[in-house]
Amino acid sequence: MTVTAAFFYLFATITIASGFMVIASRNPVQSVLFLILAFVNAAGLFLMMGAEFLAMILVIVYVGAVAVLFLFVVMMLDVDFAELRQGFLQYLPIGMLIGIVFLLELILVIGTYVVDPGLMRTAAVPIPPADVMTNTQAIGQVLYTRYFYFFQAAGLILLVAMIGAIVLTLRERVGVRRQDISKQNARTQADAVEVRKVPFRQGV
Amino acid sequence: MIGLGHYLTVAAVLFTLGVLGIFLNRKNVIVILMSVELILLAVNINMVAFSTHMNDIVGQVFALLILTVAAAEAAIGLAILVVFFRNRGSIAVEDVNMMKG
Repeated sequence: MTVTAAFFYLFATITIASGFMVIASRNPVQSVLFLILAFVNAAGLFLMMGAEFLAMILVIVYVGAVAVLFLFVVMMLDVDFAELRQGFLQYLPIGMLIGIVFLLELILVIGTYVVDPGLMRTAAVPIPPADVMTNTQAIGQVLYTRYFYFFQAAGLILLVAMIGAIVLTLRERVGVRRQDISKQNARTQADAVEVRKVPFRQGV
Repeated sequence: MIGLGHYLTVAAVLFTLGVLGIFLNRKNVIVILMSVELILLAVNINMVAFSTHMNDIVGQVFALLILTVAAAEAAIGLAILVVFFRNRGSIAVEDVNMMKG
């Protein structure tokens, strides 16, 4: 039990500390790297809660795709990031005030509420024990049956996001020598090659 | 004993950090997008914590859907950012006034 607690506090501390560094770091590249650290440690928290599939998905999707996308964009844009941090100290007092009030309210809510024991018996789909079925199989059995329309909607959202990202960033460059296959195929020997009779010692 | 309250507290702190990040980095869109990702991560921790506590797998299914929406949002947001930078040469939030809204 103490090992569980130690690991929880390890993951929780690193998650929160790197979350703080994401918003406080001077360099956005460092922010993205701390975001990756926060995601990996949150995956550790997920593992401790018994959601193995979501933990792995978090590492694959967030660290492997989203965070790398952020890193790519941060490094691609040539921006003076020092200039963008101008208002940081100006907004610090009001931001801290709102943050502290918000956090206190959340902690008060968490500290005082109790879960109705009757709710525990009315689980829509109870989690099967780990020796009967793995977490991945349990999620799949629910996701592909009860929540099949939600699954399809998620697929549609990803499709729309993909099309949107491509359409937004696609641009027609002018002055690019691009291969035009139909034009190449339409060429004949008659309009491509010209045979000229060159007079002796005069050039073309 | 690590219970539901511990995980909810972590999620609450992470959520607050995300909101704070939006307040503090008013000019930098990239950090604002990263703050939104932090907020969605906090929501996911809440979902999974309640799923475990209630012994109900549906919370994890919904966490998966939130993950999908977060990934789509990041992709679209960064695409808009790249297009905006291409047009204006800057990503400062106060320069975003092309639509005169």
